[in-house]
Amino acid sequence: MSVAAKGARGPVIRTHGLRKVYSAGTEAEVVALRGVDLAIAAGEFVAIMGPSGSGKSTLMNMIGCLDTPTSGTYRCDGVEIASLDAEARAELRLQKIGFVFQGFNLLPRMSALENVAMPMSYANITRDERMRRAHAALDSVGLSERAQHRPGELSGGQQQRVAIARALINRPQILLADEPTGALDSRTGEEILALFKRLRDEDHTVVLITHDADVAAHADHIYEMRDGELHPATHPPGARA
Amino acid sequence: MNFVEVLRTALFALRGNWMRSALTSLGVIIGIAAVIVMVSVGQGTQAEIDKLVSGLGSNRLDISGGSGVGGGGVRLAAGSRYTLSVDDADAIRREIPEVQYVAASLRGGTQVVYAESNWSTQWQGVQPDWFDINEWKIATGQPFDAHDYSGASKSVILGDTVGQQLFGDQDPVGQTVRLGRVPFTVVATLKPKGQGGFGQDQDDVVVVPLETARRRLSGATALPPGAVQQISLGVGRAGDLSYAQDEVEALLRQRHRIQPGDDDDFSVRNIAEVVATRTQTTRLMSLLLGAVAGISLIVGGIGIMNIMLVSVTERIREIGLRMAVGAGPGDIRKQFLAEAMLISMIGGVIGILLGVVGALLVARFGSLPVALNGKVVALAAGFSIATGLFFGYYPARKASLLDPIEALRQQ
Repeated sequence: MSVAAKGARGPVIRTHGLRKVYSAGTEAEVVALRGVDLAIAAGEFVAIMGPSGSGKSTLMNMIGCLDTPTSGTYRCDGVEIASLDAEARAELRLQKIGFVFQGFNLLPRMSALENVAMPMSYANITRDERMRRAHAALDSVGLSERAQHRPGELSGGQQQRVAIARALINRPQILLADEPTGALDSRTGEEILALFKRLRDEDHTVVLITHDADVAAHADHIYEMRDGELHPATHPPGARA
Repeated sequence: MNFVEVLRTALFALRGNWMRSALTSLGVIIGIAAVIVMVSVGQGTQAEIDKLVSGLGSNRLDISGGSGVGGGGVRLAAGSRYTLSVDDADAIRREIPEVQYVAASLRGGTQVVYAESNWSTQWQGVQPDWFDINEWKIATGQPFDAHDYSGASKSVILGDTVGQQLFGDQDPVGQTVRLGRVPFTVVATLKPKGQGGFGQDQDDVVVVPLETARRRLSGATALPPGAVQQISLGVGRAGDLSYAQDEVEALLRQRHRIQPGDDDDFSVRNIAEVVATRTQTTRLMSLLLGAVAGISLIVGGIGIMNIMLVSVTERIREIGLRMAVGAGPGDIRKQFLAEAMLISMIGGVIGILLGVVGALLVARFGSLPVALNGKVVALAAGFSIATGLFFGYYPARKASLLDPIEALRQQ
């Protein structure tokens, strides 16, 4: 379905003058994004840094097609998001985007395998095929022997790897990770970041949101959000370490 | 998301909180069981009334003579003046083709004596069609023949009660009884009809041919020649009843030479009208019973809506997550609607079973008539589905309209 984009090798994510205003026209008005221009090519590993309140989560929601901009344009793999309704955006997320959250967000009553397979139930894939692919995805994050365990029976790092397997299950082009290592100790965090690099090498586009410069340093490009504006990082990777 | 998948997900969610799901179902179970019991009792009562109506003969008209005026201007009962005659009956039979049966009759009270037993009862002097109009069947013996009617023979047919009282287990046919002082031969007995629509014992009667009654039983009172007290009519089709009534009234007014504007010297009673009032009362009762059942079902439905709203709030992060990984609003709506429908349909199935058992128990041990049929069950099943749909829709829609970002942010 994305033949043209893949052939052209153009940017998978391209925003232009992206603005987002909450509670516009009221006293509580907040400008979260002030004209963000961003282009990320397929197979890139990008980190977006910034303190809390800088608008980086808003930007991630925008890139992840969970939200629509107040003004400006966003083309996700060539599709203009502003023109889509909630149903169409859900379809786009299903096909092209995988989310990894800081809090893992696994469903506690399901096994690791069922958690990984869950997004595919919305994609009209037979149950057998779903289970086969979920096993393969768990295998790729090194957790195949934990398939039947529930999230509560797994360590934080294992839970995050289950969440990553879930994000990858529909083979999305874009992997969005919001503070994926925030809840993990540094050694486990390193493992997760190594996994991201491997995914980048497998031609996934990885966008990492973090406030931790050490984590961001693993990316190919680093951007910084400040008061709703996006800037290339002023500090070269590793300078703060 | 296909149907099987939606169902599987809904079942999984309900199992997670099975106690709560079961309690919510209980509301529907009670509501549906109530619908079944109440509606089948209502229908049973209605059927009872219908049976009664057909027993009275819903296709019949009864013409009584005019009311006389006694001393001091006191109006006497209808039929107290002998304004009707056998000729009137013949004229109706001749001129109004819609009328299928015509029977003129006289009646009175008498003492029936057999050996040492005696019994006070009503006699009816009748024409042949009387048996058809009143749906009397012969139990033993032979009905009156043409000779009995024309020759005023002293033959009598006993009602069941009279037969029992005088003869016990003995066969009365062929025996001689006295009506007053006149000996009669019992030619037949009637099949019992039981209690009438107004509580009287219909079987407490003896029947003789009309002319016999006129000559032997109507006593000292000098009757005008050919006079009868009542003419009963049976109409072939119920639809013709009111038309036939109009025709009969016109014919009798003409025969009795009643001027336009003057009162009739006869009255026509349409039993269907009497029964209609009773039917209406019963219908009102059914309606009330149904309303009670309906209210309990609504309460059950509100329980479903309540629990589904709680469930949406509790699982808001799950909804947000499912949306983030690609579930559209439609998928979320389907999932929550499926959960509500499952609760109400499982409740419906159990409620139908309980209701059927309850209705059977009422029929067995209660004093109420019960009519249980597939229609009642289908109605209940339809109600349970409708309850799930109606009360599940709002929570499901609410879930589907959640903003995934907000939902994910909830703790």
